[in-house]
Amino acid sequence: MTALATGLALGHFLALGAALFCIAVAGIFLNRKNVIVLLMCIELMLLAVNINFIGFSRQLGDPAGQVFVFFILTVAAAEAAIGLAILVTLFRNRRSIDVADIDSLKG
Amino acid sequence: MPDANTLHNGLMISKSVLLAIVLAPLLGAIVAGLFRKQVGRAGAAGVTIAGVAVSCALSCWVLWQLVGQGAPPFNENVYTWFKVGGLESHVGFMVDKLTAMMMVVVTFVSLLVHVYTIGYMAEDDGYQRFFSYISLFTFSMLMLVMANNFMQLFFGWEAVGLVSYLLIGFWFKRPTAVFANLKAFLVNRVGDFGFILGIAAVLYWFGTLDYATVFANAPTIDGLTVAVFSGHEWSVATLICICLFVGAMGKSAQVPLHVWLPDSMEGPTPISALIHAATMVTAGIFMVARMSPLFELSETALNLVLFIGATTAFFTGLIGIVQNDIKRVIAYSTLSQLGYMTVALGVSAYSAAVYHLMTHAFFKALLFLCAGSVIIAMHHEQDMRRMGGLRKYMPVTFWTMLVGTLALVGTPFFSGFYSKDTIIEAAAEHAHEAGNWVATYGYWAVLLGAFVTAFYSFRLLYLTFFGEERFRQIAHDDHAHAHAHEHHGAHEPHESPWVVTLPLVLLAIPSVVIGFLTIGPMLFGSDVMGHAKQLPFFLGAIDVPAARDVVGKLAAEFHGPVAFALHGFMAPAFWLALAGFALATAMYWWKPELHHKARRLFSWPVRVLEDKYGFDTLWIDGFAGGGLRLGKLSRKADERLIDGLFVNGSARLVDFSAGLLRRTQSGYLYHYAFAMILGLIGLLAVLLRYWH
Amino acid sequence: MDYTLLAFYAFAVAAVLSAGAVVGVRNPVQAALFLVLTFFTVACTWILAGAEFLGLALVVVYVGAVMVLFLFVVMMLDIDVARMREGYVRYLPVGLLVAVAMLAEMLALIGVRARSAVPFADNAAHAAAAGDVPNTTWLARALFTDFLLPFEVAAVILTVAVVAAVMLTLRRRVGAKHQNPLEQGRVRASDRFRMVKMEATRKPAAPDAPADEVAP
Repeated sequence: MTALATGLALGHFLALGAALFCIAVAGIFLNRKNVIVLLMCIELMLLAVNINFIGFSRQLGDPAGQVFVFFILTVAAAEAAIGLAILVTLFRNRRSIDVADIDSLKG
Repeated sequence: MPDANTLHNGLMISKSVLLAIVLAPLLGAIVAGLFRKQVGRAGAAGVTIAGVAVSCALSCWVLWQLVGQGAPPFNENVYTWFKVGGLESHVGFMVDKLTAMMMVVVTFVSLLVHVYTIGYMAEDDGYQRFFSYISLFTFSMLMLVMANNFMQLFFGWEAVGLVSYLLIGFWFKRPTAVFANLKAFLVNRVGDFGFILGIAAVLYWFGTLDYATVFANAPTIDGLTVAVFSGHEWSVATLICICLFVGAMGKSAQVPLHVWLPDSMEGPTPISALIHAATMVTAGIFMVARMSPLFELSETALNLVLFIGATTAFFTGLIGIVQNDIKRVIAYSTLSQLGYMTVALGVSAYSAAVYHLMTHAFFKALLFLCAGSVIIAMHHEQDMRRMGGLRKYMPVTFWTMLVGTLALVGTPFFSGFYSKDTIIEAAAEHAHEAGNWVATYGYWAVLLGAFVTAFYSFRLLYLTFFGEERFRQIAHDDHAHAHAHEHHGAHEPHESPWVVTLPLVLLAIPSVVIGFLTIGPMLFGSDVMGHAKQLPFFLGAIDVPAARDVVGKLAAEFHGPVAFALHGFMAPAFWLALAGFALATAMYWWKPELHHKARRLFSWPVRVLEDKYGFDTLWIDGFAGGGLRLGKLSRKADERLIDGLFVNGSARLVDFSAGLLRRTQSGYLYHYAFAMILGLIGLLAVLLRYWH
Repeated sequence: MDYTLLAFYAFAVAAVLSAGAVVGVRNPVQAALFLVLTFFTVACTWILAGAEFLGLALVVVYVGAVMVLFLFVVMMLDIDVARMREGYVRYLPVGLLVAVAMLAEMLALIGVRARSAVPFADNAAHAAAAGDVPNTTWLARALFTDFLLPFEVAAVILTVAVVAAVMLTLRRRVGAKHQNPLEQGRVRASDRFRMVKMEATRKPAAPDAPADEVAP
């Protein structure tokens, strides 16, 4: 209640980040049929982390936080590209993007 | 009066003579055994007989040196066998009068048996092997008696046991022979177990196995006790002596380890004479006599010896009454006489025991060889029910056997009388002195044993040499034995060849005279006719404290062999023997149908005796069977418990848990992610809890 | 009322809801579009926090490039939509439980501190650091001085990613002809050209022998 009256603070950003992260995690667990949504959930997680960084950067006045977001953005883009390339190859070989079909490592 | 010191007039028994005595038979055995093809049958016989003859001659020489020339006893180590830790083991000889006497007995009987074998085993394929074995036996027995330490004694002990095994199972294709030799060896082993414990105890308490040192230090263990089971203190001397005596029980066939001796009759008769009458079975008696300094420290052990000996003397004699195999009767007779010797040991009359050992060697070997002669004549038929009336056909055998029998039953003037009567009188003296029930039991056992001995001995004579010729009836319908020598023509028994009868005569002579001639000098420290005091024969070898010296007490009343014999006519033992003779004559010669009636009348005691009091059942089914069952139980335990539970079970456990664990590796990404998330939640929880 | 805060709540709610939709909708194209919306709203949030450059970079890079790529792939693959929903309802309770648990823990961790946090507007640290410089300049100053090396490395990563993506998915067409300059450069004269010495004239042969000469 006090947070409402005193204005935007660090806690809000962190809470938002936490919420997005948990949704993404649930998404990974619940999604069993679609590898693409899996990749999207990963992007969501990265986004949540970025929010945290921005919040802290603002709070502490340190540019390092935003620089790090910059790099995370870069790497996430690269990773998304490669992830989709893998997805495409997988689809070409298996004709399916069902996560449940990818179980070669089954013990 | 000459004493021990001045007897030493520079004469020494040389080491090489003793080595020759021991090694000559061994050499003969090796040549006859390993170089069979090269020497041939005659060569094998010749070499071994030469070896044993050399031994015999030299043994007599040694005895003469000790007795006649006054040489000191020989005690020296010849060869160092090994040194392990604190234990030094040598090959050495201790030759005093006791040993010398044993040496002469062993080699003499062995020589005669060697000669006898030429005739007895003439048609056997294993001719050379047999000579090799009996020579080897002579070597082993000599090593045993000439030993000067426990280790060598034990070597000889085991070696004679081994050769006995080889000889009992000589006809190894016969299952009964194989069973018998294994039985002999295993029962001996039980005795040896006690023997080893005794030797180990000696080593533990004396620190050495050398006779001289042990006997010199014997008083140190007097009164010492040890807690074998916590809380129960046992006398060390008793412990050692009982353990050693257990070995003697095995070797000398005392109850309950006597079961092997009758079965050992499966072997050829010459070895029954040599091993199971004269020499090997007497090793136990010899050993106890040799250990007299130790046994004198424990009255309990001596009472045990007395009890076992008395039991053996009387009860095994009873079994002899119902035996039909000629050799078995003599075997049980041997058991009984061994019991007599043991009784003598138990009343501390060691010299009497050893003396009886000597006389018994002669007449028992004689009896066995005579039986062998009969068996040859009967084409290896041994059942007395199929003999009879052989007196006409085999005069020499008959007369020598009669001599032997008279010696055995204790007819005055014959050698057996002197030794046996001494034992009976010693037992009486001891019972009078000590007064406990064991001594009384011992006395009555040896006394009544005289009756039993006479009975079965004359029964044997009557069944074999008198009465109707039963072998003629059975010859028609029974050609059971598949022996190749049917070429004897008609089944007419005839006297055996000279190689067989000469040893009989040569043994009959000492059976008659040796008692008369040696009782004075050997037992009572006088000259032959009982006058003039000399040193006791066994001085230095057998020492009994004066308070317990039964023989010494008897010596005081000794007035010569003639007087002893005449006194014997009035002793209860003689009357009992006469009664046994009379009963046997009545039942087996005068009215033969009586013994058939008696058998029916006393059917229950007869059955007990035929069953040998159930000892065989006890040992074979009880102990051996029990051991077998224990082994089977162990096998089950090994299979089910160790193999099944521990080995296979742990493998199955691993398999099972692996099966459970593999489910975590599902291969699905979302499962892996989920696991990570759960871990994360856990970490967060921990962080929450401990963050402040 | 603090308009910043109100705006933040509006954007936050929108972001959360559209994130939920990304996870929840059936159609992957719709999911991609909802992800786009999530990014947009979060970018707005960032601008509220004063990170204008990054907010715009998020839109340009992520929405403009990455999400378009996603959409390409989604539409390129021939996906059977119907099969895709199996098992969703069965695992929903567990998934929800796990997510809620995690959220609760994180909020608890953040919660205590959050109450006493200094609002951004009054944040002394930021005021001292940022001063009057625009966000982009502020960011650039840090990036090209203290973080130059990581910047270059990031560039290399991107290059590598491009190469990797191509390597993974390149298919060679069977039957197409290509020129291989490497091979072309390695050709020698002797591979293409052969000199043969021959005489100008020839003895006349048998009348019906075929004349077979190379003109000089």
